[in-house]
This record gives sequence, C-alpha cells and structure tokens, in this order.
Amino acid sequence: MLEVNGLSKTYGEGERTTRALAELSFTVAEGEFVCVVGPSGCGKTTLLRCMAGLLPPTSGSVSLRGHVVAGPPEQVGFVFQEYSRSLMPWLSVRDNIALPLRHKRLGKAERTRLVEEAVESVGLTGFIDHFPWELSGGMQQRVAIARALAYEPEILLMDEPFASVDAQTRADLEDLVLRVRKDYGVTVVFVTHDIDEAVYLGDRVVVLTQPPTTVQEVLAVNLPEPRDQVETKELPEFAHLRAHVFRAIKRRQELRPAT
Amino acid sequence: MAHALRTRRGLGRWAQTWAGVATVLVLAELASRTGLLPQRYFPPVTEMFTALFAALGEPWFWLATGQTLQGWVLGLGIAALLAVPAGMLLGTSVVRYRAFRAVIEFLRPIPSVALVPLAILVYGAGLESKVFLAVFAAFWPLLIQTLYGMQDVDPVAVDTARAFRLTRAERITRVVLPGAVPYVATGLRISSSVALILAVTAELVIGSPGLGREINAARVGGAADLLYALIIVTGLIGWGLNSMFAAAERRVLHWHPSQRGAR
Amino acid sequence: MNPARRRRILLIALEAGVPLAVLAGWWVWSVGADSFYFPALPTILTTFADTWLFERVGSDVVPSLARLAAGFGIAVVAGVAIGTALGLSPVARRVAGPLVEFGRAVPPPALLPFGMLVLGVGDAMKVFVIAVVCLWPVLLNTVDGVRGVDPTMLDTARVYGIGGLERLRRIVWPSALPQVFAGMRTSLSLALILMVISEMVASTEGIGYFVLESQRSFAIAEMWSGIVLLGVLGYLLNAALALLERRVLRWHRAALASALR
Repeated sequence: MLEVNGLSKTYGEGERTTRALAELSFTVAEGEFVCVVGPSGCGKTTLLRCMAGLLPPTSGSVSLRGHVVAGPPEQVGFVFQEYSRSLMPWLSVRDNIALPLRHKRLGKAERTRLVEEAVESVGLTGFIDHFPWELSGGMQQRVAIARALAYEPEILLMDEPFASVDAQTRADLEDLVLRVRKDYGVTVVFVTHDIDEAVYLGDRVVVLTQPPTTVQEVLAVNLPEPRDQVETKELPEFAHLRAHVFRAIKRRQELRPAT
Repeated sequence: MAHALRTRRGLGRWAQTWAGVATVLVLAELASRTGLLPQRYFPPVTEMFTALFAALGEPWFWLATGQTLQGWVLGLGIAALLAVPAGMLLGTSVVRYRAFRAVIEFLRPIPSVALVPLAILVYGAGLESKVFLAVFAAFWPLLIQTLYGMQDVDPVAVDTARAFRLTRAERITRVVLPGAVPYVATGLRISSSVALILAVTAELVIGSPGLGREINAARVGGAADLLYALIIVTGLIGWGLNSMFAAAERRVLHWHPSQRGAR
Repeated sequence: MNPARRRRILLIALEAGVPLAVLAGWWVWSVGADSFYFPALPTILTTFADTWLFERVGSDVVPSLARLAAGFGIAVVAGVAIGTALGLSPVARRVAGPLVEFGRAVPPPALLPFGMLVLGVGDAMKVFVIAVVCLWPVLLNTVDGVRGVDPTMLDTARVYGIGGLERLRRIVWPSALPQVFAGMRTSLSLALILMVISEMVASTEGIGYFVLESQRSFAIAEMWSGIVLLGVLGYLLNAALALLERRVLRWHRAALASALR
C-alpha cells in the first residue's frame, strides 16, 4: 500500500551538508501496524514528514497506492508529538476535530456523526465542548487522535505521539490506538524511540540506524492478539524481541563514535 | 561555489529591498510629471530632493533640526530622570505599588496633547511648552516598563539570593535591578519616539521653533516640495533614533530568553 | 485578626484611599490657591457638567469620536490586510520593508500639513491622518503575529488539506490575534492624539478645537473641563478595548496559564 523507495534527505548545502536519510526503503501493507524505531536524532521525524508529503525528499520517493507522494495526500491522517501545538487553542474539542472536515463535501449531519463517533471512540464524550487547554496532556493527545480518525484516513502516521505523557497514560493510549485501529480498519505507521512500545504495538518493527539513516532491520512481531499490557509483556517472546531490537540499535551505535 | 551561491542570493534579497523603494520613487515621479497627480500637491520626487539638498545648505534648517532634537532630548531625559526612580520606588514595594496603581491607571491614558492649551497658558510658545508636553508623554511608558521590570523578577533568582544570605539592599542591586534593565531599555525606545512626536506636535500646534513649525510654514507658503522634503527629514530622524535605541536594546537584552534564537 | 488579613485590608484601603486623597488634595489646594491657571476643582466640575452634559455632545463629542472611529477602523482593516500579505510573503516583506520602516518613523503630526495640503481641512483629512498614523502599529504587529504562527499548526493545516482563505480564517488570524490586539492598543492611543491635534490645527468643531479655543479666549474653567473630558475619554476607550480583548482572547490567556501550570 505504502512504499518507501530509496528515500534520501539532505539538509544544507556545500560543506555544511548533513545527510539525514540515506537510501531508505521499506513497505507497509494494507491494514498493517508498522512501528519505526531508532536511536534519538536518527531522523525518524524527517522520515515521517517525507511520508506525509510535508517535506520533499532529496532523492527517492514515497508512493501511496502506486501514486508518488508530492504533497499531503488526502488518505493520510497525522498525529504530531506536540499535541499542545497541533490543536488550536481557540477552538473547542468539537471544532478542532471538525476543522479538517469542513472542506470534505459532507452533510452537516454526517459531519456531526463523524465527530461524535471519533470523540466517543477515544473516550472523551463528556469533554466535547471543552477547550484543549482545559484538558490534561493525555486527553489532548486523544483529541488529536480523534481528529485524525474523524478524517477517515486510510493510513495514520503517528510521530512519537506519546513521548510527552506519563507512563500510565501512555499505556492507556497505546491500548486505545490498538483498539481504534481495529474499529476503523486503518493502516498505521507509528514512530517511536521506545523499543518496548514498538514491539508491543507493531505487527512489524522497522529498526533504523544512526544518521545517515537507513533501514537496519525489519522484524516481524508474532505476538498473540489481542495484546495486553501485562500478559503480552510477560511473554518470553516479547523479552526476546525487545532484546533483539535493543542489540540491533546498540551494535550499530558501537561502530561509530559516541555522539 | 556554495559561497558564490549564497552571495548571489544575498544580492537578490538586497536587490528586492531596493527595487521596492526605487519603484515607488519612480512611480511617484511619473505620476507627478504626467499630471496623474496634481503637481501642486504632489511635486515630482526629484524636486522634493532638490529642495531637501537646498535646505541642507541653509542655516535655518540646521537650527530647526537642532531645536526639534533639543526638545526631544530634554523631554526624554527629564522623563527618564523622573520615571525610572519612580518605577523603582513603586516596583520594590507592594504597598507603594497598590497605593498608586489606580492613580497611574487614570493618568496614563490621558492623551498628552490634551495638555497643549495648558502648556501654552503656563509656559507660552517656547521651548518650555515643548519640553513639558514631551516629558508628560514620555513619562508613562518608561514608568510602566520600569515597574514591569522590577516586578518580573524570577522568583527562583530571588530565592537563590536569599539562600546565599544577601541583604535586601543587595538583593535589589544585584538581582532585581539587572533584571529590570532590558525593560527600561524597551521603555526608553518607546518614550524616545513619543517624545519626538510631542516635540513636533508642539512645534506644529503651538508654533514652538523647530521642524514642525517649518513644515507648517512650508504648507502656508505653498512650497509643496519643501513640505515633503521636511517630512522626509523628520522620518529619517525618527528612523535614526529608533534604530539607535533598538540597537542599544539588543545589546542589553542579549542574555534575555526573548532574544535567544531570535538573532 | 491575623496579619495576612490585616495586610490585605490595608492594601485595599490604600488602593481606594490614595486616589481619593489626591483628589481631595487638589480640591482643597485649588479652592485655596485662587490661581488663574488652576481654577478651583468644584468650578471645573460645575463647568464640566454645564458644558458636556449634554449640550456639546452632538456638536463636538460625536463628530470627534466619529472621525476617530472611522480612522481607527480603516487602519485596523488595512493594517491586518497588508500585514497578512507581508507576513506570508518574504519577498513582499523585503520589497516593502524600507517603506514600512520609513512610514512608521515619520512623527505622526508631521503628516498633518501634508493632509491639509492635499485634502484640505475637512473630515476626510482628519480621518485620513488618523488612519495613516494608526496603520503602522497594527501592520507591524500583524506581520509579527502571522510570521509567529506555530509551524506545527501550519503542518497540521497542510496534512488535513486546510488551505487558502480557510487557513487564514481558522488558523493564521486567530493565532495572530493577540499580536494584532497589542498593535490596536498602541494605535488607539495614537488615534486619540491625532484626533485632538487635527482639531486644534484645522477645525471649527470637535473637542480639540473647543479646548484650544477656550484657552485662546481665556475661558480657563472651560479649557480644564475639556482636558478632563479628554482624560475620561482616553480612559474609557482604553478600557473598552481592554474589555473586548479580554473577551475575544479568553482562550489565549487560559492557554498561557495552562502552559505555565
């Protein structure tokens, strides 16, 4: 469904060139949940922004259903890490979620239904007329997820969405994402620096190297469904997988001088 | 090569900047020459600058410029001497601040030009009137900025000073005052332009000697080219003073969070 | 009574008492001084009531305020429009940069003779001068506000296909609004100043004209009553704008407070 093909991204020019991404390739299948994990500063966000059409690649391409991505495609929903800055503080939860729907030719009733369903599926029904700044960080990120869901994307790109919430909230949100992914039947690409999170959520895990970043390894995660915060993480396979990913990242780091 | 590229782009920007100015000047010149704008009201730009360069050779021009700047510097100076200590006095004590807050809030929005008749009455048409109005107008922004500066001290810094057993006087001179300096700098910049506005107003309305009076005289005498030339001069003075204070502000503000990353 | 409470009461008493004491002091001094320049406060107040309640409202106050409102309104609309264009386009910013810098640096009263030369001494000239002078603070603040829109918000707009006028209305303008209001506050003070000066220099009605005319005919109490009226108007106009700002920008203050939490 989604194909990343020899993607490279270079910043700057002349002597101050930095190569962020180098010849990076992988694919995402229909309905799949792919986690992208890598050491901090490895250009995960750059990769995701290229995939969303927010950033033009220097060479290579991203294609969605065979079409090369040149600008943000209509089938893509995006959840940013900085929830407090991607939600508009002057709009209520309802209006924030409805904002992207305004230019989709929908009836008023249809729009209301989409918004209310999305709010319900992230468990914020009672807060639909609140403003983002009246909610906790975790709740704000739920609003951002609801906004993406109401947009009815075929593919959902999530950029370290839970990096700035506390551990308990994070576990709740992880399970929320697994559930809505089933409910909405959406393909997910989830970027994170947390190895546990990547293994817990993903059907496959794409491990990235240090910059200039390429794909180190793609790992299938064959953990039983449904995933459970306690039981899944107790499984020996889980421990094995996370150790494997950890070593893959670590080994690669040892080959280059520490940053 | 990269260097050459950068330079070329830099040149492009520079060209864009001056292309705007050049276009406006040429259009104005053409509009006037072709009679699209009546020449009586809009003389050609070249004539404005001819009048300007002619004025540069006249003693009266330099006298008037000096008189305007004199009103400005006295107004700003006296306002600073009054407002900064007053702001420090009110800013270091909650009791004093609360006692005078309402009075300040009432006096501050009074348009300074409302006092023009009073100034004429008490001081006549000379320099004193000009300075009085400039002081009154320039006083408030400086007072308010100084007050903010004294109050907006990082509580952690004060606690740190306390923990190191600095006395109250030391805390004020070592922690509070340095923190307020950027605010005072901003206040000075605002008050500087306000003082200039009031100096020109006094010259225009009361007829105190200075550029404002000369502009009005040019209008009455029908010398449109000179009128525009003098307006251009006041604009350049305003721009020069503002740039001077903005540069000074950047220097004293360099450590302040608002300046970081702002270049 | 505990000390904290006692202190609070002292502060409130001071806050109300000092202004009253200042007024009382002026009252007593002015009645006793019998100065030509500073008539007794009760005389000023009686004259104020006789002059402004409501005899001259229609002839002087309304025309003054109408010109102020027209000039200020034009400046806000034009300032936001031009400021948005400059904020969105670096090229436009570079081309217009020196002109804007120069335009805002001209001391506002210097534009009056220009206005009188070109437009005469009527309402059009006064509205024009007020509008030109008020334009710069709104324009410059709008440019800053538009340039300062959070990049994450703009990315959000792009991802969700929000563009054109929709992007301006829903994202860029609301986000720039706090800055626009800051510009409007500065502009409002300038508008009042220019309203008064323009009437002093070229008018036969209006509050500014009345004040200066009273001084010329040595009607000192009338002059003072006009000064008081201008002070009251300045206070009320600022308060009205502050009230509007508080209502419109409720989200801004709340969001700031929650970010600091």
